[in-house]
Amino acid sequence: MAGITTAPERSLLAVMLSRRIVALALAFLIMIVGIAVFAPALFSLDPAAMSVRQRLTPPGAAYWLGSDAFGRDVLSRLVHAGRVSLLIGAGVALAAAFAGIFIGLLAGFYRRLDGPLSRLIDAMMAFPDILLAISLVAILGGSVINVIIALSIVYTPRIARIVRASTLVVRELPYVEAARALGSSTSYILSRHVLLNISSPIIVQATFIFAYAMLAEAGLSFLGVGVDPATPTWGTMINEGRQFIDRSPYLILFPGLAISFSVLSLQLLGDGLRDALDPKIARQM
Amino acid sequence: MHDTLVSIRGLSKTFHSDRGPVYAVKDVSLDIPRGSIVGLVGESGSGKTTLGRTVLRLIEPSSGSTYFDGTDLNSLNTKGMQAMRRRMQIIFQDPVASLNPRLRVRDVIAEGLVAHGVGSGREREQKVAALLDEVGLKAEHMNRYPHEFSGGQRQRIGIARALALDPDFIVADESVSALDVSIQAQVLNLLLDIRDRRGLTMLFIAHDLSVVEYLCDVTAVMYLGRLVEVGPSARVYSEPAHPYTRALLSAIPLPEPGAKRGRELLQGDIPSPLAPPSGCVFRTRCRHAQATCAETVPSLSPRGDGRKAACLRLSEIS
Repeated sequence: MAGITTAPERSLLAVMLSRRIVALALAFLIMIVGIAVFAPALFSLDPAAMSVRQRLTPPGAAYWLGSDAFGRDVLSRLVHAGRVSLLIGAGVALAAAFAGIFIGLLAGFYRRLDGPLSRLIDAMMAFPDILLAISLVAILGGSVINVIIALSIVYTPRIARIVRASTLVVRELPYVEAARALGSSTSYILSRHVLLNISSPIIVQATFIFAYAMLAEAGLSFLGVGVDPATPTWGTMINEGRQFIDRSPYLILFPGLAISFSVLSLQLLGDGLRDALDPKIARQM
Repeated sequence: MHDTLVSIRGLSKTFHSDRGPVYAVKDVSLDIPRGSIVGLVGESGSGKTTLGRTVLRLIEPSSGSTYFDGTDLNSLNTKGMQAMRRRMQIIFQDPVASLNPRLRVRDVIAEGLVAHGVGSGREREQKVAALLDEVGLKAEHMNRYPHEFSGGQRQRIGIARALALDPDFIVADESVSALDVSIQAQVLNLLLDIRDRRGLTMLFIAHDLSVVEYLCDVTAVMYLGRLVEVGPSARVYSEPAHPYTRALLSAIPLPEPGAKRGRELLQGDIPSPLAPPSGCVFRTRCRHAQATCAETVPSLSPRGDGRKAACLRLSEIS
């Protein structure tokens, strides 16, 4: 039995990093996560300390990124706000992935459940994301955990749809029939045969939802319906800085840049993941 | 002990499509003797694959039953059927799609052992190694993924998976059709070896008549969901009784250059199972058809030499 060939396969990471822009995005994301996690412990960064005499100080030696209308350090607030934004993004991505996998597997594997669940998914996707999020936060009340819950509900249908469609394909493959012939349980078939083979599109979509959720959180906070104003987020910082836009544009510039670069990096990472997981594209890279 | 391991009785399967009922398998009765290989041949769309699946209750039959070692499979509940699956297995046509690409060979082969809680982790590993050896692969192959193997090797992995639970009965659904001719021969000889060693009973589904002649003790010919002829392979091949079998066999190419034989060419295509002809399903393409053929459904009647054929004019045309 000759002829067994082991193709020298490059790892997923190697394929992704061969694109410079994706490598850059990943480096940026690691940097901001690193700052958000470690900086508050290493430096004295009090986001609430006020200094009324040094209100609206432009960026300089005293305040690297300036101070706001209450004389609070913009850099400190930016770092603390980053923790909240990243927490919300990651929380929503994880929660929406779990709920979407659960609903999508049920809809895709059990024909009886497909009709009702698919209609529910369609109905939810018919609402504009931000409108649904505003309504849900209005009902639940503004706190970090409630914003995560509300945005998870908003983004679950996106994952559920992908999981359902992929499950429909895999369900009919001979190896699933082989598993039934062997007497494997439905839970084993779903976890080992279905979920394992549809994980790539789920991971890619979860990365995009991470980005959407950070953007949506900023939008909610900017509109004043996000987390309560005492908790700094990039959205609330822009909302507060809006009144001083002509005199102190740096107040919205830095949180704006933070949002833009984080979301852009996540999107690029998602694109890179999608291409690297697609064997047809990955070979050309 | 019965001499018949699998007894199919009046098995039918009707699918419901948008354009009406599709009669995929219609009133099939067939006995598979213990330790024998029964070949099931027929054109594409004759319902042979559906029959194979329905026998194993991977597809629920519309009516009729399969008796496995005396037990009516339809009488079993989910749990009883799950336990019974240890004794009956299937080998697939497509060596690529029948193996989960994300699982290592050891997990593919051990799946049945895990499902039925057989053995400890160590015992399963030894069993997988023994199975790989039995199908002509090496024990160290167990840590590789399916894509690292060729088509023939993958088919061997599929056979090892089916053998893992030491079944009594295996349905081989077009199991060599997707392979090169040289590889086909290897896999066929492997199946014969395994049958002799383990005393397996097999239902071998194929459209390749030469393969069935080589491998099978009994040949059953299927047309449009019905069996038209069943008998010992040697007899069926040397002296086909049913007009359809004759036409089918005359289409086998002869291995000598320039050799010719009286070919019985069939006119037209197999009719749609959405609207099968009345009476004898083959009458629309049969050159012996008469008016009576449209009225009576011929039953599979014994011919005395161990053979059965479903044709009203059998005595006149033979």
